[in-house]
Amino acid sequence: MTDQSYNFAYLDEQTKRMIRRAILKGLAIPGYQVPFASREMPMPYGWGTGGVQVSAATLTPSDTLKVIDQGADDTTNAVSIRKFFERTADVATTTATSDATVIQTRHRIPEEELSEDQILVYQVPIPEPLRFLEPRETETRKMHALEEYGLMHVKLYEDIARHGHIATSYAYPVKVEGRYVMDPSPIPKFDNPKMEMAAIQLFGAGREQRIYALPPYTKVVSLDFDDHPFEASKAPQDCALCGASDSYLDEVITDDDGSRMFVCSDTDYCEKRREGQAA
Amino acid sequence: MTQDNPLLDVRNLTKFYGAQIGCARVSFDLWPGEVLGIVGESGSGKSTLLNCLAGHLPPDRGEVIFDTRAEGPKDTLTMSEPERRMLGRTDWAFVHQHARDGLRMGVSAGGNVGERLMAVGARHYGEIRDQALDWLGRVEISESRIDDRPTTFSGGMQQRLQIARNLVTGPRLVFMDEPTGGLDVSVQARLLDLLRGLVRDMGLSAIVVTHDLAVVRLLADRLMVMKDGHVVETGLTDQVLDDPQHAYTQLLVSSVLQV
Repeated sequence: MTDQSYNFAYLDEQTKRMIRRAILKGLAIPGYQVPFASREMPMPYGWGTGGVQVSAATLTPSDTLKVIDQGADDTTNAVSIRKFFERTADVATTTATSDATVIQTRHRIPEEELSEDQILVYQVPIPEPLRFLEPRETETRKMHALEEYGLMHVKLYEDIARHGHIATSYAYPVKVEGRYVMDPSPIPKFDNPKMEMAAIQLFGAGREQRIYALPPYTKVVSLDFDDHPFEASKAPQDCALCGASDSYLDEVITDDDGSRMFVCSDTDYCEKRREGQAA
Repeated sequence: MTQDNPLLDVRNLTKFYGAQIGCARVSFDLWPGEVLGIVGESGSGKSTLLNCLAGHLPPDRGEVIFDTRAEGPKDTLTMSEPERRMLGRTDWAFVHQHARDGLRMGVSAGGNVGERLMAVGARHYGEIRDQALDWLGRVEISESRIDDRPTTFSGGMQQRLQIARNLVTGPRLVFMDEPTGGLDVSVQARLLDLLRGLVRDMGLSAIVVTHDLAVVRLLADRLMVMKDGHVVETGLTDQVLDDPQHAYTQLLVSSVLQV
């Protein structure tokens, strides 16, 4: 039952309206960071305050919510946000990717292909891809406005000069519809090619007060050099539990002697595969 | 690019800081391949003038007409910001007095040189690196230092790296603000030698602001002497230095210490 002390999905209606306007603007200008008046949420910054606000503005009573943290449904961050919306919005929740209408995610895109009736909400720590290259926000905004993105390649150049290949493995910068360079939030670069998808993708950064978005089937190109092309990399193993060779893997240390196993980071995908094998 | 037009045509450039004069009614032409020196004491408006010319400061009055490659003479002050910034990373170069202001200290030497190339669309790592190596060689920095950060370089090396970074896109006009300031004399001599060679080889036009008369004697074809925001004397460098007409220029020339 909904906790009646709260408005539906915690935020008041005016705030949700403000956030929806930011989301619509973000969808109209794919990859552009729309400022919004981020509210204090009952959780610390860095725990997904941006994603939670976007989810709160997106949810309707008939929605089914799934929350994942690094692909898993059962980690602290995922459990607490799921409980938060169960209590404040009384929406149905699920761990099955295909049953969900709204999926809030931290740092992963589900392995299962998403469809047109789904919304994927990302939690974003630092929305500005140029932040560590150019510390001045006034300057980075100007660079976005004037499409001056040479500096982004300087970062990749430095990677190759130092490591012999592009060593950036997460939060890999992308160019959206040939215009804005965007930080895809710290998803592994393995997930970058999946961003051209049927579902709507919304990005919320609470502390930085920015929302940006990708409409369905938006063209998303990962930046690279002609002679050092982009590569979606993952651990070379297969999943130790379900045997999948095409999913992103977590390395799990199993004892103090250095034994380890590689398992799917997407727990729902892994479980479904194992159920299928058992049947 | 036509030879009939000056590369840079400055008319009545004026900049006030409140009631204070920054520089007043400065006019001159700069022709392709010419090096103009601007000398004067501290506070005479040299740097203000240079920053106004390079688009870093908005002047209050005047015109700065640059002979652009595509569209011929154009006032850079009324130009749109994207155009001006594009000029700033293609046809123009700005060498700061302190190399730290002009370099990215957290990025390797190669990355610093390559930045302007990548900013104008170079997307081939091998070629960018080859050009960076070529330019490090031209400014006498060992190839083995290409992946080191400028923080590990000496002052003179940083200054040379800054020059390489600026010249890599083959600009036509270079603004230099005290390029040898803060360097010891032997390093200054090498840097001047290098600059003179590059200016001659590449046919660069340059505007050099300095208070060091030896620098302009070596580099500049023409000289402009400034005092309290006004230009008090102009002429060929040797003519101004050997036969100064204005009282202030005479003072300036006679103030140089003889060793």
